[in-house]
Amino acid sequence: MSDGDVAIVSAKDDNKDATSGGVNRDRRYFLIQATSAVAAVGVLGAAWPFVKYWTPSAKARAAGAPVKIDFSKLVPGEMLSPIVAWRGKPIFVVWRDNQAIESLKSDTSDLADPDSLNPDQQPEFAVNAWRSVKPEIGVYLGICTHLGCSPKYVLTDNFEASGQGGFFCPCHGSKFDLAGRVVKGVPAPDNLQVPPYRFVSDTVIVIGEEGTA
Amino acid sequence: MEKSKTQTGPTKLESAMGWLDKRFPATETFEYHMSKYYAPKNFNFWYYFGFLAMFVLVNQLVTGVWLTMNYVPSGDGAFASVEYIMRDVEYGWLLRYLHSTGASFFFIVIYLHMYRALRYGSYRGPRELLWLIGMAIFIALMAEGFFGYLLPWGNMSYWGAQVIVSLFGAIPFIGPELMEWIRGDFLMSDTTLNRFFALHVVALPLVLCILIFVHLVALHHVGSNNPDGIEIKKNKDADGIPLDGIPFHPYYTVHDIHAMVVFLFIFCGVVFFAPEMGGYFLEAPNFDMADPLKTPDHIAPVWYYTPFYAMLRAATYPLFGMSAKFWGFVVMAGAIVIPAVLPWLDRSPVKSMRYKGVWSRMMLSLFVISFFILGYLGTQAPSKLGTIMAQICTTIYFSYFILMPWYTRVEKTKPEPERVTG
Repeated sequence: MSDGDVAIVSAKDDNKDATSGGVNRDRRYFLIQATSAVAAVGVLGAAWPFVKYWTPSAKARAAGAPVKIDFSKLVPGEMLSPIVAWRGKPIFVVWRDNQAIESLKSDTSDLADPDSLNPDQQPEFAVNAWRSVKPEIGVYLGICTHLGCSPKYVLTDNFEASGQGGFFCPCHGSKFDLAGRVVKGVPAPDNLQVPPYRFVSDTVIVIGEEGTA
Repeated sequence: MEKSKTQTGPTKLESAMGWLDKRFPATETFEYHMSKYYAPKNFNFWYYFGFLAMFVLVNQLVTGVWLTMNYVPSGDGAFASVEYIMRDVEYGWLLRYLHSTGASFFFIVIYLHMYRALRYGSYRGPRELLWLIGMAIFIALMAEGFFGYLLPWGNMSYWGAQVIVSLFGAIPFIGPELMEWIRGDFLMSDTTLNRFFALHVVALPLVLCILIFVHLVALHHVGSNNPDGIEIKKNKDADGIPLDGIPFHPYYTVHDIHAMVVFLFIFCGVVFFAPEMGGYFLEAPNFDMADPLKTPDHIAPVWYYTPFYAMLRAATYPLFGMSAKFWGFVVMAGAIVIPAVLPWLDRSPVKSMRYKGVWSRMMLSLFVISFFILGYLGTQAPSKLGTIMAQICTTIYFSYFILMPWYTRVEKTKPEPERVTG
């Protein structure tokens, strides 16, 4: 420390000379800066485990295992109840009647992304007017793309051009049609997500298997 | 006994203090911060709230530690343990209501404390850093309240936290990963509850206590402002003591204890007779346990966040290729942090509203009114009219800050007095 004091005093006395009072200031600054840089890297490295600790654990990742949904009791015009969870999130399974299927193709004028152009919101197989494998069975992640509330299934509500109803989020008033497509002018920016799924039989699907996406 | 009475040397207490003072600056610290800290003699009603905030902090710390003794931080146990505290633990209901009511009163006194600074220009130099530390305390307090609100694991706790965490999803590129990182899971879960518990009970109280300590150190270094907004250190007597100052102890300690008694009347009235405050302090859906598959029909944050929540919802248009959701996040975050730059926005030659001109008075009034309206709108379900009103009020809120360099310069101010006016 006493050397440092000398250096400060001598720096005032003579700014031009790098070596004064027996102290090589350039070398001292270089060493301080190099030490600080190494220390900063060390601190960052030490911080990493603390940051990484917060990411989903192996157990949480394993809980995202595929789930089987049997909807043999579902009838046309209804949504499967009780709602099944995949990765803890609600999965909506709806059976659309013929009238609804027809209107999904034609009534698209007030939708923000009627052709499912955003590739993040559904697997390849769901890029169609119904956003599903089979036109009558729709499978959607029941999480509003705005701020993550769970929308409600509504049939009577006339908010959508077709009058077929869809999904309504009570939190901030976002609306989606029966294919989970977001209506223009609501806070939600995207269509409801379609989870990766495949049919095991006519009335059983598996959600979340690798490779179904 | 006889001997000690006739003694002329130091008393036992004095010699004990002498022993202590040689080893620890006890008397010196007490004098610096209390008995020889000279506060302006013209403090008024608005100067109670700093002390009251400290008082509520102590209430929160003590009741919080006691609640922790019976609270179970797990998805399965949390809701039931809160009910257990309410029904079976001796005086558990009282400690919990003291804590939950204390949270709301913490924000009441902090908002009043901050209003005082706006009214009398307490953020102005040389108190800029004091103000910045105070802003850090405010933000830490908001985080503390947010983490604490999840702990009862009611359905409103759950979905309220879900909405707020989802806000971070609006940040471009890193949003979705950031959300996962905050939750530690793909949804709000047990893991999230556990870490919020750790942050609420250990990390943030520690941060708050350190920040409040630093806030007081900075305050006692620069000295308190006063309703006249003039520096009492400019006029000192021969001993260097401000002519308009009086020792904080005993004058303001007694003064503040009186305020505390009045405060306790009101506080206890709420704790005993209206701890839920009609759903504003404790919300009805929170009496149902968290259900990850079912959102309550109407979700709103607790009242102290509603002004900012209303501003979040006021952003309804996508702009510059970014979604309305992103702009909502920006507006809300901006509204919370913009007061931090006040010291550099206020260009008035005077500090106190007593001597500022008509523009400053009008803008402050509009600001306060719009803050109240936004607070109300934030509790209501979204509606067309509500959104338009929120947009107007958000504009006023930001105008107060953004136009300040202009209106504080053009208005006609009154001259400040030489000495405080009582």
